[in-house]
Amino acid sequence: MSVADVTAFAEATVRTATPLALAAVGEVVVERAGVLNISLEGIILAGAFGALVGATHGGLTGGFLVAVLSGVAIALAFALFTVIWLRADQIIAGTAITLLSTGLTGTLYRTLYGSAGAALTIPTAGRIAIPGLVKLPVVGDALFNQPATTYLVYLIVPAVWWWMFRTHAGLGLRAIGESPAAADAAGVRSTHVRFVAVLFGGILGGLAGGTLVLSQAGTFAEGMSAGRGFIAIAIVVLGRWHPVGVMLAALLFGAASALQFLLQATGIALPYQLFLALPYVLTLAALAGVAGRVRAPAALARVHDH
Amino acid sequence: MGDALRALLAGAFGSWYAFGSGTLVRATPLILTGLAVAIAFRAGVFNIGAEGQFIVGAAAATAAALAMHSLPAFILVPSMLVLGFGAGALWAWIAAVLRARFHVLEVISTIMLNFVALHLVSYLVRGPLQEPTHIYPQTVTFVDAARLPRFGSSTRLHLGFLVAVLACVAAWFVVRYTAAGFRLRAVGANPDAARSAGMIDAARATMRAFLISGALAGLAGAIEVSGVTYALYENISPGYGFTAIAVALLAQLNPLAVVGTGILFGALEAGATAMQRDAGVPSVVVSIVEALIILALLALDRFRSTATRESPA
Repeated sequence: MSVADVTAFAEATVRTATPLALAAVGEVVVERAGVLNISLEGIILAGAFGALVGATHGGLTGGFLVAVLSGVAIALAFALFTVIWLRADQIIAGTAITLLSTGLTGTLYRTLYGSAGAALTIPTAGRIAIPGLVKLPVVGDALFNQPATTYLVYLIVPAVWWWMFRTHAGLGLRAIGESPAAADAAGVRSTHVRFVAVLFGGILGGLAGGTLVLSQAGTFAEGMSAGRGFIAIAIVVLGRWHPVGVMLAALLFGAASALQFLLQATGIALPYQLFLALPYVLTLAALAGVAGRVRAPAALARVHDH
Repeated sequence: MGDALRALLAGAFGSWYAFGSGTLVRATPLILTGLAVAIAFRAGVFNIGAEGQFIVGAAAATAAALAMHSLPAFILVPSMLVLGFGAGALWAWIAAVLRARFHVLEVISTIMLNFVALHLVSYLVRGPLQEPTHIYPQTVTFVDAARLPRFGSSTRLHLGFLVAVLACVAAWFVVRYTAAGFRLRAVGANPDAARSAGMIDAARATMRAFLISGALAGLAGAIEVSGVTYALYENISPGYGFTAIAVALLAQLNPLAVVGTGILFGALEAGATAMQRDAGVPSVVVSIVEALIILALLALDRFRSTATRESPA
């Protein structure tokens, strides 16, 4: 195992963690408001497809813009059914909306780009090296020579932390997650705040999907979110509903996915499907170790009527 | 649009052959996985992992078919179905234990297990169970003794359909008329009330429902390889486990009604295949229809409960 292997491992860790951290930080805000958004998977998928459509017409800017709009559109549908209009069961509605997103993106993709999925060439986001920091040993390249969305994570994590724990509005959000009725009585407009929180989750989930296409794959494939929305929800539990904890949990998960680079370097021949399955197994194991010992927002996934 | 709809209807109901060999064959896994979801939801278990349980059921039955291919059909086919049943239960057991002992949401764990099952089958059909030429990612075609009998030589409809219908009738009877069924409904309706009413085995009732749910989905997978595909390959399920949620909800979680809604969605999917072939409309459109049906049911349910609550007592 050489230094190059370790560098590749660190780089792959940060790259895999980026979309997960984006989606999970959004979901922290949503869940702190007492809403469990299972449709996050559908949001990421819609974001990925939106990025393809936007980038074919409007370059990188267009790609990220349409990715965010697509994510927000799916989040809006989820909010309609669970928060502002029907207040239906969040798990069933979220599952249905993910199914809807799968069907919509699949149908549109085949209609617009043909079932063969012709080789699509869209612009991708290049790496930006941060002068000075990139020279750090081992981790310099991994942390400070990444596409812009990774740096967005570095900015958004402290911003969300500050807003959630140091502002009055953030306190209101957390109060809703514990007891919407009490928050209502104290003058917080719980439905309004939950609605905005879900849309915020849609923005970050859409960006996560955009990152998959525009910073990583360079193309779209049906179902390419591949469970990342559900993994992000698991990451929120692992990170104990805290933005900083969630970023660390995303990195841990990224490292698990990147393990294959290290193991391949050792020369042990193992079936590649083992590496593909490993992140899901590790998520289960990590949840088993953590889930019983942390406390979720008390009102999480509970329907709140006035 | 008219062409697409015509192709869909012809593909689903156009002839006795289309109905039996298309719609009912497609309905069989949907009825069983739909029943699996209905039983779990009834007990308050959000098992959205019928997909993974179906896949491991198919894999276990395939392993049996390949390992015991010299046995006579009356032993081989039942062993395949029993193994599929057991494998599905085992897969659900992982999520059930994670929920009961470690408080892991089954919504997350069953989805994770779906992906693990997919990669497991991918490994099997490219590794130990691959056909001998090692070209295609699939197993050899099963011997005749590993195949479920068909209802005559002019139809593809197999005995598995009857098994699915009987399973629904049996489940309906158990849920409606037995003590075990009462416990299942009680823990599903309100686990705290069930506990304080002296049902100290609420946890056990939940666990049992989870395992039966997984077993039924696993059985569906075993029946699919033994009755339809006669081989295992990667995309053995085109998303039956997710359609199953729509099947169960449309049936209002009633096991008997699952037969009807399963056939309805079987018609939709069989028709969609014909629609893609004849009118060039992507069959993935069906996912949109299924999602809209679930959402419409949620809306309807909500309006109904609002109406009851707001009517003067």
